[in-house]
Amino acid sequence: MTTAPPLDVDALLDDPHTEIIVCCGSGGVGKTTTSAALALRAAERGRKVVVLTIDPARRLAQSMGIEQLDNTPRPVPAVDGAAGGSLDAMMLDMKRTFDEVVESQASPEKARQILDNPFYVALSSSFAGTQEYMAMEKLGQLHRDARQDGTYDLIVVDTPPSRSALDFLDAPERLSSFLDGRFIRLLLAPARGPARLMTAGLSVVTNALTKVLGAQVLRDMQTFVAAFDTLFGGFRQRADQTFALLQADGTAFLVIAAPEPDALREAAYFVDRLTDDDMPLAGLVVNRVSPSARTELSAEAAITAADRLRSSDSSSLTAGLLRLHADRVRIIEREQHLRERFAASHPAVPTAVVPAMAGDVHDLDGLRAIGELLADGG
Amino acid sequence: MRLHVVTGKGGTGKSTVAAALAMALATTGRNVLLCEVEGRQGIARMFDTDPLPYEERRITKGAPDTDGRAGQVHALHIDPESALLEYLSMYYKLGRAGKALDRFGVVDFATTIAPGVRDVLLTGKVYEAVQRPRGGRHKDQITYDAVVLDAPPTGRICQFLGVNSELAGLAKVGPIKTQADKVMELLRSDRTAVHVVTILEEMPVQETHDGIAELRAAGLPVGGIVVNLVRPRDLSAGALAQVRGNRVDPTAVASDLARAKVDVDADLVTSLVDEARDHAVRRQLEDEQRELVAEEGLPTYELPRLAGGIDRGALLELAQLLRRQGMA
Repeated sequence: MTTAPPLDVDALLDDPHTEIIVCCGSGGVGKTTTSAALALRAAERGRKVVVLTIDPARRLAQSMGIEQLDNTPRPVPAVDGAAGGSLDAMMLDMKRTFDEVVESQASPEKARQILDNPFYVALSSSFAGTQEYMAMEKLGQLHRDARQDGTYDLIVVDTPPSRSALDFLDAPERLSSFLDGRFIRLLLAPARGPARLMTAGLSVVTNALTKVLGAQVLRDMQTFVAAFDTLFGGFRQRADQTFALLQADGTAFLVIAAPEPDALREAAYFVDRLTDDDMPLAGLVVNRVSPSARTELSAEAAITAADRLRSSDSSSLTAGLLRLHADRVRIIEREQHLRERFAASHPAVPTAVVPAMAGDVHDLDGLRAIGELLADGG
Repeated sequence: MRLHVVTGKGGTGKSTVAAALAMALATTGRNVLLCEVEGRQGIARMFDTDPLPYEERRITKGAPDTDGRAGQVHALHIDPESALLEYLSMYYKLGRAGKALDRFGVVDFATTIAPGVRDVLLTGKVYEAVQRPRGGRHKDQITYDAVVLDAPPTGRICQFLGVNSELAGLAKVGPIKTQADKVMELLRSDRTAVHVVTILEEMPVQETHDGIAELRAAGLPVGGIVVNLVRPRDLSAGALAQVRGNRVDPTAVASDLARAKVDVDADLVTSLVDEARDHAVRRQLEDEQRELVAEEGLPTYELPRLAGGIDRGALLELAQLLRRQGMA
């Protein structure tokens, strides 16, 4: 049997060199709750923390005072500041973040032109990947601000529930390579005029695009790209900076999972990607692990005994107790097997295991309880 | 011919439910197509086969009817790049241009960056499978009695399905607009049903409620709610009440256990009762959420949490349960 080395959550939170914690993983594994719990625990242990959440459950957002989506960190009420720490929280507004980048990079007149372009409107509100990119952009902004005025010394980031792990790591690179790419130059070529650039290959492409998208969409895109042209350099630079920031020593990635095949597979994929890209992986958090059985009685023995009792009394309470126990043992064994398999292929990844809570978490006390479990789970 | 779209919050098991529904529909010689669009190869994993190509493959037999007659489930993994190239070659016969598009990063652009194009390519392929005429141009093509789409999660479903209207707004004329309009017409018609998968926990149930409201607002037809991963109900309401009220008689349990030839001591009895108490807490929470689900006033189906995990046999079991509850 392979067991993973323990993840020391408190050491990670207390280390002044930890400046950024990124929580990633597939959807439905409790990423948002984990991010918030880590942020609260760090704050109450003396760090000045801001947590960036993507889409918190309504009641959790309420208790953290971030129902308003105004794209600015707000202090979380009722955080215990005795250790000298503090906690601010914010919810990401993807479109507004994009708008702000445009506004900060272009003259007011040009910014207006871009913001009104129908292609931009669609891109900034619905492009698959915009959310990932903007989460990273916002992280970069918070980090710059924090460095400048010392408001925060730890940023905890929740990541969007991506289609796949790739989206979040690749979005900055993809956007910048797109903006740098041949396609953009192709779109710019007619706007800039010189007809000689329109080689045979290019006209084949524009003709095809016109056929598929229609001439008007192509025109919108060209106008957009032409207006955006001067901003491309800035975007590329920002994307590169964000990527470097993610790779920096002060960053710690936590991969969040649940003891389910899909979630652990996605986690394995994430771990491999982070390793390949030289991203600083701090460890794995396995949420919602079923509580262990309270007795050694095996599932088989329990089922056999339950069947014996049921044969004489079909409504036997004791048989019910035995069947429940058998179910519990089987689920624990299955979860354990899945975790061991993960540990066998990723033996060096420190792991914290968080038992399932009976109900959902929607207040600071619940987050504190999760924080305790995280710290004890290593 | 119907289109069943299956969505649900991450972690609720929507892919499992989509596969089970496809098997439930594939009865009495019927052909069903199960489509996935998120590039995760979940179907291949569930059925323990090699990763699926962009090509319809027979993947399993369906659930047999009372006479033992089953149908066939076919699977299709739709990726946007292949869908775009197929779309281009189907409508425009772009031999050389197709390659040129790829070289200039246009395929990449269209499938990843251009807003909504990715989604219209994915739903467009599903549309093609649904609309396929019987005895059409290609003799080797199967016409399906039902198509099941394992769709993106609830949080993105309206954007995914409704994106066509957004795109149609962007592209006011042109072929892709015509395509988007046709897809939208099918999605809004009574031939489509969008099913939402949930588990009996607060957040997924809340998201189900919000998702249904959004689907309705977008004019998309909501089918049913599938409540997945329901805990075993080995304790009757009376037994649960006894456990909750600390009224379980330990001597009676101990003598039962001895009768069933279990090595019994006081610890074992206490442990079993404690475990039952944990269970009672969760059952209570489940029951509260079940009432909220019922308030949606939609057909609701329940599937158990299977302790052994999901494989072909488990899917068949779930398919039969869906059939028995009238979902297929």
